[in-house]
Amino acid sequence: MTSLLEVEDLRVRFSTEDGVVRAVDGVSFEVDRGQTLGIVGESGSGKSVTSLAIMGLLRGRFTVEGSVTLGGDELVRADPDFVRELRGNRMAMIFQDPLSSLHPYYTVGNQIIEAYRLHTGATKRVARKRAVDLLGRVGIPQPEGRIDDYPHQFSGGMRQRVMIAMALACDPELLIADEPTTALDVTVQAQILNLIADLQEEFGTAVILITHDLGVVAGVADEALVMYAGRPVEHGTLRQVFYEPRHPYTWGLLSSVTRLDREPEHRLRPISGNPPSLIDVPSGCPFHPRCPYRMLPEPCSTEVPEYAPVNGGHLVACHLSEQERTETFARDILPRVQSSVRKGG
Amino acid sequence: MGSATTNTTSSSTADTTGDAAGTGGVLLEVTGLRKHFPIKRGIIFQKQVGLVKAVDGLNFTVRRGETFGLVGESGCGKSTTGRLLTRLLRPTDGQIVLNGQDISYLPQRQVRPIRRDMQMIFQDPFSSLNPRHTVGSIVGAPFRLQRVETEGGIKRAVQELLELVGLNPEHYNRYPHEFSGGQAQRIGIARALALRPKLMVCDEPVSALDVSIRAQIINLLQDLQEEFDLTYVFIAHDLSVVRHISDRVAVMYLGHIVELGEARQIYQHPLHPYTHALLSAIPISDPDVDQARERILLTGDVPSPLNPPSGCPFRTRCWKAQDICRTERPPLAEKATGHQVACHFPEDRALIPASDR
Ligand SMILES: Nc1ncnc2c1ncn2[C@@H]1O[C@H](COP(=O)(O)OP(=O)(O)O)[C@@H](O)[C@H]1O
Ligand SMILES: Nc1ncnc2c1ncn2[C@@H]1O[C@H](COP(=O)(O)OP(=O)(O)O)[C@@H](O)[C@H]1O
Ligand code: SF4
Ligand code: SF4
Ligand SMILES: [Mg+2]
Ligand SMILES: [Mg+2]
Repeated sequence: MTSLLEVEDLRVRFSTEDGVVRAVDGVSFEVDRGQTLGIVGESGSGKSVTSLAIMGLLRGRFTVEGSVTLGGDELVRADPDFVRELRGNRMAMIFQDPLSSLHPYYTVGNQIIEAYRLHTGATKRVARKRAVDLLGRVGIPQPEGRIDDYPHQFSGGMRQRVMIAMALACDPELLIADEPTTALDVTVQAQILNLIADLQEEFGTAVILITHDLGVVAGVADEALVMYAGRPVEHGTLRQVFYEPRHPYTWGLLSSVTRLDREPEHRLRPISGNPPSLIDVPSGCPFHPRCPYRMLPEPCSTEVPEYAPVNGGHLVACHLSEQERTETFARDILPRVQSSVRKGG
Repeated sequence: MGSATTNTTSSSTADTTGDAAGTGGVLLEVTGLRKHFPIKRGIIFQKQVGLVKAVDGLNFTVRRGETFGLVGESGCGKSTTGRLLTRLLRPTDGQIVLNGQDISYLPQRQVRPIRRDMQMIFQDPFSSLNPRHTVGSIVGAPFRLQRVETEGGIKRAVQELLELVGLNPEHYNRYPHEFSGGQAQRIGIARALALRPKLMVCDEPVSALDVSIRAQIINLLQDLQEEFDLTYVFIAHDLSVVRHISDRVAVMYLGHIVELGEARQIYQHPLHPYTHALLSAIPISDPDVDQARERILLTGDVPSPLNPPSGCPFRTRCWKAQDICRTERPPLAEKATGHQVACHFPEDRALIPASDR
């Protein structure tokens, strides 16, 4: 039984003037067709580098280790031409800032047509028809009239739709959306997330949705992966991660968010301190300087916790025993993170 | 979902505090406030080619000690409003009365002394801190600018401020780039706090911060408010942050306030279709709660403020629009005590699940 995308022990390092950045340090996960994996974590936790490594889009002085397979084809050690061929054909990516990936001097139609022809060899006429279809499909009003417009003639939300149309031009099996709605207003965010979910249903695409917003994951993902300091710390179904979270960092995130469904009188419980630099990652568990439940010095500052299953497919990297975790969660965390709605009945 | 007709308890308690403008309860009173930016073209003979009505007739009061939230999507005029209140901008029309004094059109020279009473915190903590100055000189600047004597000297006062906002006082000689985003925001707060202002206008102070750091700063702002009896105008596009911190909330759209009321009224009994759309679009970090609630998906984009719609500003995206919405702008009118809405067809609609209705 293999999944469409399998990432195993992915490690990415950059060498910089200040030292070696361990941007991604042992990330493993799988995503299946028709599934959405939400990756959450604060800025600098390695989310974008993970996705760029999968897409073969890393730049700079870097090394990649581990394995990424798409439909059984290994990508990490593959010929760059082979990966380029897959990109846009079997996998595509959309970014927070659509302007960074749209060419300012070509009409959006041209860009979609070129991408489509490059991968399918279709004639111009067929490709243009496909481009109009796609623009309409992603909710651009009067696509025939807009296809010859330039990117700057579109609003932020409309540009993100154009990006999605371009990403979908070749029916990719895998779509990575890296903070696709972070720069957009909430009503537009709702439109775009809805669009991604609809298209996924229609095309059966596997989706990786990267975001810093737990609420976005709660709304659209099937599974959630929480990253901290370049490492995965918790991974499970939405129910597992939101209702039975087992990692102190996940607890901290859930206790930090303001929520519409909770009494406003509720005091937030932030995580103390700041995320670490990935040049100088704390020893042992990278979260230990900020963790209220750490055991010092051993094992939390001396040994890297194993990323292991706690039950079913639920993975956690923490030295606490399962009993300590369930008890602590029930005692300290649940009363804080539970929705007022649930408490009420 | 609970019934939408029940009255909140807060709307009846509002009677006692009332909207008694002019009494000791009101710190800031805004009437008919407008800011129009002329758009000019041409190099030598600048010709006006349009007018951005960034803020177009706001009326509200802010009470002493409360947090007044201002929400709406980008471009609706929140920052312009904040900059008018602190008189970083001069109004095109209307009145701003702070603490009984009309400050609307004071020349900048006369605004300076008032800055002791009102300060502003910005979204991007770094861009508001001079990178060539040490933290000590940044946080101490208000004392020097206002020629304020401090007991034990400026350095001691600055170190006390740093400690107050949770920074290490020994970092006095460090430069802004040596701090993280959350710490830089604390520096901005320390500077704003230096002269013990009465009013702080916070313009998206946590929008650029990660969730764990955001929570730290929200708690800090709440603690400082309690300790120093501060009044906040809290501007943000995130309705869940605004609900968490605000006593009263105004929802803005295209330069207008479309709904205003106690936080509980706005969130549990929203009346304006735009408020409904906003509330239904905010993600909630609970899969069952998030996926079970009613969604309103708006179509289209916010119209250009250069060419706003006639009548109701929201009519081009409103699913309830009728002919009258095109011809007549609905006035901001009181529908329940302290709860105002600008809509011809307001409707109490429960959009966020809550047990405390
Ligand atoms: N090209 C690069 N060269 C050096 N360091 C990089 C490069 N790209 C990213 N990094 C570093 O890798 C870490 C992870 O970054 P990123 O994946 O972008 O985080 P996220 O997307 O979670 O915010 C950060 O410390 C970032 O500074
Ligand atoms: N100095 C200016 N000149 C011209 N237009 C401006 C200026 N400042 C703001 N605007 C316009 O006024 C409107 C409101 O802007 P702003 O107050 O920054 O909104 P918000 O803070 O709600 O995003 C926008 O359309 C913006 O482009
Ligand atoms: S391993 Fe230790 S420090 Fe890390 S999260 Fe678990 S308890 Fe906290
Ligand atoms: S006045 Fe009309 S168009 Fe405006 S919000 Fe109300 S119903 Fe909609
Ligand atoms: Mg990123
Ligand atoms: Mg603004």
